[in-house]
Amino acid sequence: MSVTYIDAIREAQAKLLREDPRVFLYGQDIATFGGAFKATKGLAQEFPNRVFDAPISEDAMLGLAVGTAIEGMRPIIEMQFADFSSIAFNQIVNQAATHYYRTGVPVPLTVRLPSGGTPGSGPFHSQSMESIYAHYPGLIVVTPATVSDAYHMLLDSVALDDPVIYCEHKFLYRWLKAKSINGDHLPIGQARIVRPGKHATVVTYSAMVHEAVRAAERLHEDGWEIEVVDLRSVKPLDMDTVLASVARTGRLLAVGEAFPWGGVTAEVVARTVSEGFHLLDAPPQRLNSRDTPVPYHPKLWAAHRPTPESIGEALRRLLSF
Amino acid sequence: MPELDVQPFTEGAVLNRDYIRAAFRSMLRARLLENKLSSLYKAGKIVGGVYLGRGQEAVSACLGAALIQGKDFFAPLIRDQAGRDAFGEPMIDCTRTYLGSVLGPMRGRDGNIHRGRPSLGMPAMISHLGAQVPLIAGMLFAKRLKGELAGVVGATCIGDGATSTGAFHEGVNLAAMEKLPMVVVVANNGFAYSTPNDRQFACRDLVERARGYGIAGHAVDGTDLLACASVIGNAVARAREGHGPQMVVAQLLRLSGHGEHDDGSYVPDTMKAGHYGRDCIEVAMRQLVEHGFATVDELFAWQDETAEEVQRSVAQAQQEPLPDPYTDDWRALSTRLS
Repeated sequence: MSVTYIDAIREAQAKLLREDPRVFLYGQDIATFGGAFKATKGLAQEFPNRVFDAPISEDAMLGLAVGTAIEGMRPIIEMQFADFSSIAFNQIVNQAATHYYRTGVPVPLTVRLPSGGTPGSGPFHSQSMESIYAHYPGLIVVTPATVSDAYHMLLDSVALDDPVIYCEHKFLYRWLKAKSINGDHLPIGQARIVRPGKHATVVTYSAMVHEAVRAAERLHEDGWEIEVVDLRSVKPLDMDTVLASVARTGRLLAVGEAFPWGGVTAEVVARTVSEGFHLLDAPPQRLNSRDTPVPYHPKLWAAHRPTPESIGEALRRLLSF
Repeated sequence: MPELDVQPFTEGAVLNRDYIRAAFRSMLRARLLENKLSSLYKAGKIVGGVYLGRGQEAVSACLGAALIQGKDFFAPLIRDQAGRDAFGEPMIDCTRTYLGSVLGPMRGRDGNIHRGRPSLGMPAMISHLGAQVPLIAGMLFAKRLKGELAGVVGATCIGDGATSTGAFHEGVNLAAMEKLPMVVVVANNGFAYSTPNDRQFACRDLVERARGYGIAGHAVDGTDLLACASVIGNAVARAREGHGPQMVVAQLLRLSGHGEHDDGSYVPDTMKAGHYGRDCIEVAMRQLVEHGFATVDELFAWQDETAEEVQRSVAQAQQEPLPDPYTDDWRALSTRLS
């Protein structure tokens, strides 16, 4: 028996529905159909009147979520694709994110964003929105990269009293498997050293953690020991762990699947330079997807996003400085 | 042309005396308070803009007075001082917010009309029009999930401009699909800021839209207190009785600019001189006396009482502390994470 990343998301929702009467699920095609990716399969049958099909109205779905959260519920909103959350952008960044600061009343809601690319998905079903939401004060943005994190971080997200943008990666849904869900887990806001090293640090998150580990394994064959840090949540950003790692290695490469302009990798590099300039033996580097919309054809897509090859090349350049 | 589900005000409808009197007193309180806010703005005593409800008081007050604080939800918008008052918002919440007092509900972190007390059923508006429609739907949806929806109503009052936004269409459609007891009152004052109706929508009358969503639509003369009391009161009662979302379109004219920074000179004189250019407060005072809801002496007494209340409220807010950037906690989250 093994548990996939999407099984973990489904199991976390089942546990939440079972144990917390305040939790309900609202999203397109999530009831009878079980969701576009089956993250809610069977939940409507098990929890009638707690799992609802939404109209194609992301703005209204998020407005509804904020209203229910103010009234003491714990909504989990499924966006069919992270890309579609742009329709709900106003409700997320203006209504939900500003609410606690303005009124003192917290808004405990969780928005699940099926994020990132898969082959053949094209420009409107592949985007990574974490950088955009992390820009706004009042939101927590989490990016689980493992089966256990997918499970525990969803439970933790719903337990928090503030709005959480939960970025789950579609590529990991069925590709990533674990024997079981790990009992131990870190809290939101703490990064994890996935692989220790001494020559350079890769700071990354979500699906790119696995691409970075593969790059590190290849460089290991040439005698390089690359440390890989999984941020787990991009906001809050655990700079203590990042700086401690850079202190050990002296070199930083920040990798993200989102577009290159600004964003999480830029933030990691900027803060490392500001707070840890003295730790650096080389200029910190970053690697993102290319600055074009996400292409449809798998051949183009594979060259658009960072890969073990492109991460490896970037690391070799960094190590040769 | 199919018959619309429109219920115009009919002469002779039975009107509740306490409801009418309460609505009028809120109209008066809003008008006198706003006159004072306007002077304070012109004297440079207010931080930010001032947005008045002159001309919309009858519509707003009738909605607020038909709702029950502590049970119902009311998401007021720009010109709803009268409705806020009728719903039970203390006047000091308004003066404190406009004057930046740290003791106000927004503590100096947001101003003027953006105030609210969500835990008392009154969300704080955001400037993105139409956004409160799905929010109210959510508050009602929560009540349904908790098994507490029976007899509860959620209402919002928006302008003609907000009916062009996606949030309005998505929110009304969702509320209709969920059959929520929501009342959306559209105060059609002819202009969204300076944009006239013919640059805002192409349908003959906004009330026709209700049919498209599968909900009840009602039209009313927004300058007529008794008509508003009847139509809006009826819409709220219908929602409360389980007839699903209700839309009321009230025709009126804004008697100020969009805000006090705007003289509203784009409003044609012909409109100002027309039927909807009349002042709903003057109409209401005549109606109250003619129908025996109040005496002339009572009207004068209420004016004096209200004028004193406005002075007290402003004087109190003016001597209260302003927010202090050195002691503010500057936290956007209620959670403390590592």
